[in-house]
Amino acid sequence: MVMSARIWKFGDDIDTDVLAPGRYMTAPIATLAAHCLENVRPEFAASVKQGDIVAAGANFGAGSSREQAVEALKYLGVVAIVAKSFAGIFYRNAINLGLPVLECAEADLLADGSMASLDIGSGKLQIAGHAEPVECTPIPDFLMAIIADGGLVTHLEKRFAGETAS
Amino acid sequence: MTAKPLTLAQKLIAKACGREVVNPSEIVIARVDLAMVHDSGGPRRVKPILDRLGRKVWDRARVVVITDHLVPAADDQSRAIQTLTRDWVASEGIDAFHDQMGICHVVLPEQGHLKPGMFVVGGDSHSPTGGAFGAYMFGIGATEMAGVLATGEIWLKVPETILIEWIGRLSEMVSAKDMMLRLCGELGLDGGKYQAVEYAGSAISALSMQERMTLANMTAELGGQVGLVAPDNITADYLHERGIDAGDTGQWRTDADAPVMARHTFDAGSLEPQVAAPHSPANAGPVGNYESIPVDVAYIGACTGAKLEDLRMAASVLRKGRLAPNVKLMVAPASRHDQKTAAEEGIMSVFENAGAEILPNACGICAGYGSSRLGENIRCISTTARNFRGRMGAASSSVYLASPYTVAASAIAGRIADPREFGGSM
Repeated sequence: MVMSARIWKFGDDIDTDVLAPGRYMTAPIATLAAHCLENVRPEFAASVKQGDIVAAGANFGAGSSREQAVEALKYLGVVAIVAKSFAGIFYRNAINLGLPVLECAEADLLADGSMASLDIGSGKLQIAGHAEPVECTPIPDFLMAIIADGGLVTHLEKRFAGETAS
Repeated sequence: MTAKPLTLAQKLIAKACGREVVNPSEIVIARVDLAMVHDSGGPRRVKPILDRLGRKVWDRARVVVITDHLVPAADDQSRAIQTLTRDWVASEGIDAFHDQMGICHVVLPEQGHLKPGMFVVGGDSHSPTGGAFGAYMFGIGATEMAGVLATGEIWLKVPETILIEWIGRLSEMVSAKDMMLRLCGELGLDGGKYQAVEYAGSAISALSMQERMTLANMTAELGGQVGLVAPDNITADYLHERGIDAGDTGQWRTDADAPVMARHTFDAGSLEPQVAAPHSPANAGPVGNYESIPVDVAYIGACTGAKLEDLRMAASVLRKGRLAPNVKLMVAPASRHDQKTAAEEGIMSVFENAGAEILPNACGICAGYGSSRLGENIRCISTTARNFRGRMGAASSSVYLASPYTVAASAIAGRIADPREFGGSM
């Protein structure tokens, strides 16, 4: 198994203002994303790589309904977020934008900088050097269908195409 | 046969699903009675998606558009978004367009769009405010909003109910904001667990509609999906003043024996004014814990802190003193309508005489917009709902959250102050 994802570990209550700061909200996503998480971890935006995973404690994405908080992470290459729990609106936004978000009771076991491989369907997160994978709660099928389509917009396009065809 | 006892949340969702009963944890598809969007997350973001889907809004009579975030437009990008918003409203034929009239959560009920029993989504996280009217209202992001506008429906997982009971009666100079800061401190930012939070008890029944709105609004800070108050005569009177028949409000309440996830009871009578220290609303405690901290800026603004009644609270304290030297007081009344009434009551003159800077009826620096953002190392006491790092300006600035009474008292004292020092009623 290739452990190609670096884990970026954050604490509890990471809010949407640090993910997508208000003052950059009218700017293009490239500008906004460059400031993602800078108030808690200045080097993050410049260092995170395509395929990396964000891990966190409880209530990730607290605060605003701005989905740029999800968009910025996606833009920077983050492919999944694993957290003890998510704020409700952030969770819905992530699904709608096709970014897998997995609840994980054992999120404390994830260390910053470790390398890992995630199977999104089963929720198994294998960490380099660990004997057993960390178990995340699998995403419900109803929501997996939206993620599998790449997000709500494509999901609806398919549905509308089906309605027209039938 | 007796009907199965249900929570208010279950009843509201069941109605929106066209069913008798819905059960906690099941995923259901609800029909939306009303969708509200604002300028920041609205047309600028939903139009491209609707265009891609080849759809118009499902029912133009069920869509309300309110501009409040990028108001007044401070730069070319903001101006372009406002123009796009106006053009989209016209092209969709939407009548309910409230342009620069105030903050969406305040303008929506003020303009008579809400009533008990409705199922409503808003493109903003403080949308639980609508729960004050016994409507199931919650916030969603822009892509999901585009889905609602295209289809008129949305999925949700039927929540459990967390019942929060406030018994007794609030003391003088203690308000709904203090109740919510106390709850944030006690239960934490995820205490609501994205479930339905319902506020009940004698101290809640005694609250006016705008105070209930403050309560429901900050359910967002508690992490609940909705914050509900069962409608009653106070609700019906507020709606009646706007020419709306509230209908049978008695049906919209949690049945006595309905199962709830948790029940928390608090005593309103012993509640003291609260302050939440940087950088979280959950960092709350009695004002006495913070009394020596000097402040540079006092901000009276936002949907949760600058409605007519909030302005009345602040003015009742400001009448009793002079602004401390070196303190900048900013007041951004939450709606044009409330500002007009406040002016008629002489309240705006109290602020002006105190040397306050009066800002537009908009979200302003609460949402990080506008030219009044906090500078480096500025310490601000604010009636807003959130004090996350950097939200209202520089990352080095710090924001203390408090009620309008406490913010006004602190503006006079030049440090965080207990409004009861300025005792007596207005």
